[in-house]
Amino acid sequence: MENNCFDVIIIGGGPAGYTAALYAARANLTAMVIEKFAPGGQMATTEIVENYPGFVEGINGFELGMQMKKGAERFGVKTKLAEVKSVELDQNPKLIHTSKDTFQAKTIILALGAYPRELGLPNERNLRGRGVSYCATCDGMFYKDKTVVIVGGGNTAVADAIFLAKICKKVYLVHRRDELRASKTYMESLEKTANIEFVWSSEVVEILADEFVTGVKVKSRKDDSIRMLACDGIFVAIGNVPNTELIKGQVELDESGYVPADETTRTNIPGVFAVGDMRSKPLRQIVTAVADGAVASKYAEEYIDSM
Amino acid sequence: MMMVTKANFEQEVLNAKTPVLVDFFANWCMPCKMFAPVLDEVAETYGNRLKIVKVDIDEAVELAQKYRVMSIPTIKLFTGEAEPRATFVGAMSQEELEEWLAENGVE
Repeated sequence: MENNCFDVIIIGGGPAGYTAALYAARANLTAMVIEKFAPGGQMATTEIVENYPGFVEGINGFELGMQMKKGAERFGVKTKLAEVKSVELDQNPKLIHTSKDTFQAKTIILALGAYPRELGLPNERNLRGRGVSYCATCDGMFYKDKTVVIVGGGNTAVADAIFLAKICKKVYLVHRRDELRASKTYMESLEKTANIEFVWSSEVVEILADEFVTGVKVKSRKDDSIRMLACDGIFVAIGNVPNTELIKGQVELDESGYVPADETTRTNIPGVFAVGDMRSKPLRQIVTAVADGAVASKYAEEYIDSM
Repeated sequence: MMMVTKANFEQEVLNAKTPVLVDFFANWCMPCKMFAPVLDEVAETYGNRLKIVKVDIDEAVELAQKYRVMSIPTIKLFTGEAEPRATFVGAMSQEELEEWLAENGVE
């Protein structure tokens, strides 16, 4: 790929990234998206997206990601399949290094996204793929007629519970609090499901395993009592962590690792913008991600015009 | 990319002349789809030095069970032995995959 200077380089090919790219290209800016996998980000692992307007029957998340990529490429956006290793943001042009190339850009739109939070238990990583999972729609089929534990109480945990209850013999939902945070639509389907058992006000303190997961040790937050739950799998759905390691020390982050950019998506570095799930915001959804992308491209254009 | 089933696994993987990377996947697995372009790119980069094949775990249930695949994507590197030389669960970037291959003797 030619190594000239782009007007905008977008790091991350999820909905925020490709929307930023689409708007930039339509404003006649040269734009490239750098993404290490197929497009779509976390959205691509969603079986059916039902809260993105315009799709009466919902749409498969991977398919929607592909469509967003194609839609942006139609206006001249380039895509580079690579992992960004480091960035030099506080200069002009800004530099982006992958293991094989260096790219230059006048502005950078960061669309780094987020990844599932881990429980933080010692054997958790070793048991990944041997009973520990972060994606129910990916791995649920391996637990047909088996018993699983889901950890969490938000929309993801509850959607996972409903999905897994259709496949598994028994589903435990372990939650730190004594009520769920999940929205009403989920609650109604949840109440109709017989093979889900709630384990309230409890935390998983240990994963029991031989070569594969055999159970979890759960501790009550009320009276410290311990309960063992025998299971074949554990699905972790306790929220996300922003994927901001790459920019630590350059772009200002809040205590949770998010970029505290306001609605303009501007970061503390001129010409650098943060969009989507990595930005500090009250609601992380596809619609808010794509909105960020459009806004960022406007301010990137404004920044370039003022150069 | 070649699809391998129980019927031709021995011939295409275990008896292959080059190292073989087996990608255990399913059509309903989104992370597998996310990972697919990386495998395509690596296949092109390595040419004859590495063979990459795919196993659809819904079609080849016995292979998935035999090699204890419990999460997908799972990749396994075979180098002429019955047991894989290395296993990785989850998707990797192209760089990570190339490093992983190098660590396991595929240059």
